[in-house]
Amino acid sequence: MSRSYPVPPPDEVTEGWWGATRQRRLVLQYCADCDRPQHPPRALCTACGATDHLGWRDASGEGIVDSCTVVERAPSPDFTPPYVVARVRLAEGPVLLTNVVDIAPYEVGIGDRVRLRWRDLPDGRALPVFGPASPRPEE
Amino acid sequence: MMRAPAVAIVGAAECDLGVTGRSILGLQAQAITRALADAGLPLRDVDGLATTGVSRFSTTQLAEYVGIQPSWVDSTFTGGGAFEMFVARAAQAIEAGQAEVVVVSFASNQRSARSRSLAGVLETHTPEAQFESPYGPLHPISHYAMAAAAYLHRYRATREQLAEVAIAAREWALLNPVAYRYGAGPLTVQDVLGAPVVSTPLTTGDCCLVTDGGGAVVLTSLDRARDLPRPPVRVLGYGEVSTNTSMAWPDDLATSGAAPAGRRAFAMAGLTPADVDVVEVYDSFTITVLLTLEALGFCGPGEASSFIQGGRIRPGGALPLNTSGGGLSYCHPGQFGVLLLVEAVRQLRGECADRQVPGAEIGLAHGTGGILSSHATVLLGVHR
Ligand SMILES: [Zn+2]
Repeated sequence: MSRSYPVPPPDEVTEGWWGATRQRRLVLQYCADCDRPQHPPRALCTACGATDHLGWRDASGEGIVDSCTVVERAPSPDFTPPYVVARVRLAEGPVLLTNVVDIAPYEVGIGDRVRLRWRDLPDGRALPVFGPASPRPEE
Repeated sequence: MMRAPAVAIVGAAECDLGVTGRSILGLQAQAITRALADAGLPLRDVDGLATTGVSRFSTTQLAEYVGIQPSWVDSTFTGGGAFEMFVARAAQAIEAGQAEVVVVSFASNQRSARSRSLAGVLETHTPEAQFESPYGPLHPISHYAMAAAAYLHRYRATREQLAEVAIAAREWALLNPVAYRYGAGPLTVQDVLGAPVVSTPLTTGDCCLVTDGGGAVVLTSLDRARDLPRPPVRVLGYGEVSTNTSMAWPDDLATSGAAPAGRRAFAMAGLTPADVDVVEVYDSFTITVLLTLEALGFCGPGEASSFIQGGRIRPGGALPLNTSGGGLSYCHPGQFGVLLLVEAVRQLRGECADRQVPGAEIGLAHGTGGILSSHATVLLGVHR
């Protein structure tokens, strides 16, 4: 699906998030002042404006498909349709744009429970993707 | 509450549309000179200019090209809805005395130049480049597709209901000789649902055209407008809001963030949706229209899918919508907002021949930019 897509390098704000993916840990940025998570990571807390005390906590890796679409035309030769682009709402609250994998694309639906998987990148980082949280009953 | 400005649109025109083989600046010059001719004003009187999509320095580039040195410019870049924002800023500039005659223009040759990409424009320093593009969304289509999926799921609306937006747009385009799909014949539900899927649930039948085209409108003070040849189309109200730039940031995709824009515009004008005779809303995709009608208060949340049925938004219907044929069947040069204004002005001046809405006195133009990212409403009125 995304074999060779060049993911830009982290910057000083996002390097902690990407560094965690090298250990296959999905982290969320939290503000210690107001205890709220946010994604993507930023140089300030969008809830309270604080610029200090922003840190990382491990996410549970559990989520729900908020919405999804099966992409049938490739945006570039790096991608091979069909594949699922989804908004997954993490148990902690923030929404991630991601792919839902390990399931036939047209089987993914809004409200599905999903769990974290990883897709390796050539430089040792990894992209968090999601797959079914539990086997589906036969239909 | 802000009051309505004493400012009017006094000229409106399209440049060549469709597949023109022309340059961006060549099309811009067409749009500007035609709109000024319509207004009965010479180029040398223009002292305000708002545009985007020309180059990195769009306003200075275009000002030099047409040979003016404006005392006011604006190139706020918020995507296809920027032109409704330009009307607001132009009205403020005219009232403040910073400019007397403002041209708002746009032109694109994207079809002739084959400059459109399904991936959108990637800027590697943005959070989206790190956190969204690696997953391969089509930009902007996949965002609207996810909004459509969320909407259909939440309200148990159907694909067939969504298709009505495209079918009605085609009905209007069949009445507009310069529409890209003029002469293409009517569209059916099966045509829309059976078209190639791009990003589920949207097919090519749900997506706006990719064409060349553009247009311009000319604004000046209501005082000066009274001496000009065309009936002045007064700016009655405006409002805007910017909401998001990424696909993950909006909390709820089944609702557009446009509501504050409409609320502000209606409050300034002292009007309600029931007062509007003709509606021109950005139809980048079929779903955009449903979300916008709900956000602007033409119907309640989840109601638009049934509200638009029964011919309500088609020619002869109770809510004439996108009377040019819209971005879906008339013209979509990448940033469509200026042509919403051109069509609203022409409807209010009673110039639309076969597609004229009889007696239209209040018009609404609503621009949507990016991925439901920015939203701007303009209310216009005329006494013919
Ligand atoms: Zn905070």
